[in-house]
Amino acid sequence: MKRSFLEKAAAVPHIVWMIMFIVAPLLFVIYFAFTDAAGKFTFSNILNLSNYGDIFLMSVLFAFIATVICLLIGYPLAFFMSRLKPSTQKVFVLLLMLPMWISLLIRTYSLLALLDNGGLLNSLLTALNLPAVKIVGTPGAVVLGMVYDFLPYMVLPIYTSLSKLDIKYFEAAEDLGCNGIQTLFKVALPLSRSGVISGITMVFVPSISTFYISQKLGGGRFDLIGDTIERQFLMNNNKNVGAAISLVMMILILISVAVMNRFGDDDGGELIV
Amino acid sequence: MEQTKVIDLKGISKSYNGETVLDDINLYIRDKEFVTLLGPSGCGKTTTLRIIGGFETPDSGDVYFDGVRINDVPPYRRHVNTVFQRYALFPHLNVFENVAFGLRVSKVKNDEIVKRVKETLELVNLKGFERRSISTLSGGQQQRVAIARALVNNPKVLLLDEPLAALDLKLRKDMQNELKALHERTGITFIYVTHDQEEALSMSDTIVVMANGKIQQIGTPTDIYNEPKNAFVADFIGESNILDGVMIKDLRAKFAGHEFDCLDGGFEPNEPVDIVVRPEDVDIVPAEKGMLKGTVTSVTFKGVHWEIIVDIQNFKWMIQTTDYCAPDSEIGLYIEPDAIHVMKKSEFSGMFGDYSSYSEEFDELSAPEEPAPEEVSEQ
Repeated sequence: MKRSFLEKAAAVPHIVWMIMFIVAPLLFVIYFAFTDAAGKFTFSNILNLSNYGDIFLMSVLFAFIATVICLLIGYPLAFFMSRLKPSTQKVFVLLLMLPMWISLLIRTYSLLALLDNGGLLNSLLTALNLPAVKIVGTPGAVVLGMVYDFLPYMVLPIYTSLSKLDIKYFEAAEDLGCNGIQTLFKVALPLSRSGVISGITMVFVPSISTFYISQKLGGGRFDLIGDTIERQFLMNNNKNVGAAISLVMMILILISVAVMNRFGDDDGGELIV
Repeated sequence: MEQTKVIDLKGISKSYNGETVLDDINLYIRDKEFVTLLGPSGCGKTTTLRIIGGFETPDSGDVYFDGVRINDVPPYRRHVNTVFQRYALFPHLNVFENVAFGLRVSKVKNDEIVKRVKETLELVNLKGFERRSISTLSGGQQQRVAIARALVNNPKVLLLDEPLAALDLKLRKDMQNELKALHERTGITFIYVTHDQEEALSMSDTIVVMANGKIQQIGTPTDIYNEPKNAFVADFIGESNILDGVMIKDLRAKFAGHEFDCLDGGFEPNEPVDIVVRPEDVDIVPAEKGMLKGTVTSVTFKGVHWEIIVDIQNFKWMIQTTDYCAPDSEIGLYIEPDAIHVMKKSEFSGMFGDYSSYSEEFDELSAPEEPAPEEVSEQ
């Protein structure tokens, strides 16, 4: 069937938007990654990236730990939510969405205000004559920030796929001898795999590229990929190296997403990306 | 035929949001029996089954299994297995793993799992389907997998919740025969829920007719058909002309303005009663020889017989006969004493009128709605 002129025209603003703000910047990134400061073609930006190997590794590690923790907290929460009666489920979803309406920067700042050496938590501890704890500046604080900021992105897709499951599957499992835990592992988990994969992707990707969380909560002691890219562009004014790092990170993310989608293939394309 | 009670329900009541679903159900089921819970939708039959399976807890009353009270035993520790209405097969597992599911959970050795799954799949005529994925199976095949998945665990009792409801008519008939054969071969107690009276009559050892959360009658198929206890049972099982009558004395009833000899007794003199006359039990005779006289208002050819509606004193009778009667002709009816069944008045008296508004279409429409069967052919 041929599409009418109007139908085509309706897509134009979006296409223009995508070209200007997604495709063009991507082309710029590629261009800068393969040129030097004078604009000449070079591979040296990419080849020198081995200097940043440990930063890449640390970023992957932080993102990995944050994703695992989000999954461990998020899955049971989503499972619990999906078994509540519908009206209560709505309240839970709202509570989960609420922080997402607030800017990530503000949320991270509030977390900093709570955990900082002179922050709310330590003031409370001091008032109770307990020793203050140093949280900000530790790796734990960075992971905590990531988990706090990205947990909803893990819970919501899992919750969505679990709440779509027919309760009959759980009853059938119970009928065939599964207790609660066995039902979870043998039926709920495999049947909500697409949600789990979406959740992992949606937490891992922003975690690996974040720069703000590590700067604020890490007290500047942890240099992650995002921080490095920001520094190359804003402070060192070396956009060629920054672009090269961005490009490599983008490719790494694409590969990991592709691998993830492979696992969720037969669930029928409910995935993000 | 003294057999042990495998399931015993005592005084079971259940309500949801203040609405009574089950009202003091007392029912026992003997070992190796094929029992059908029969009734219209909302009568409480599925709830009864779910209470036996452990998916619902009764508000009051006790459930006994082999003499042990199991009210608080969760489903996974009960020796019953269920064939669910829409099968609830696990979409992430193939046929073999679906059937093997229960055995794997109870940690049966792998060689034995392979052997038992193979045997059970053969039993349900699905040999060679082991590696197939569930989504590639027809409705009838999924049905068989669901039955195999339950049977392979060798349950003491098999619960079947309207298992054939989603199949088309032809397949349903075949599966009825297969289920009956499976029951005989395995010696497992079957508790079967259906709203289809024909299914119940052709398969069961015992039928439990339910309505409004209460058991209306328990009996063999012939008992239920020939000796219905009240107007509801008479109307729900088969076709019947249900008339207001008076029991003049034992063996003598008056209805439709005529006195009849009958075989029932034990009522008060002149007690008001409900009278059932099955459409196939009425003989048609010339008008002047009949006990009752009426005008034929419609005639429908049914293959084996004609179905005619006769107006007798403004009450429309249904009669099934092999003799053709012309519409608008005057005919007489002759009713043998053993064709008359007398019932006590009940809460259902007067709820079922004559056949004046009868139409097949309406009958179909009022049947509990089920999704149209997707597959027509199999194998």
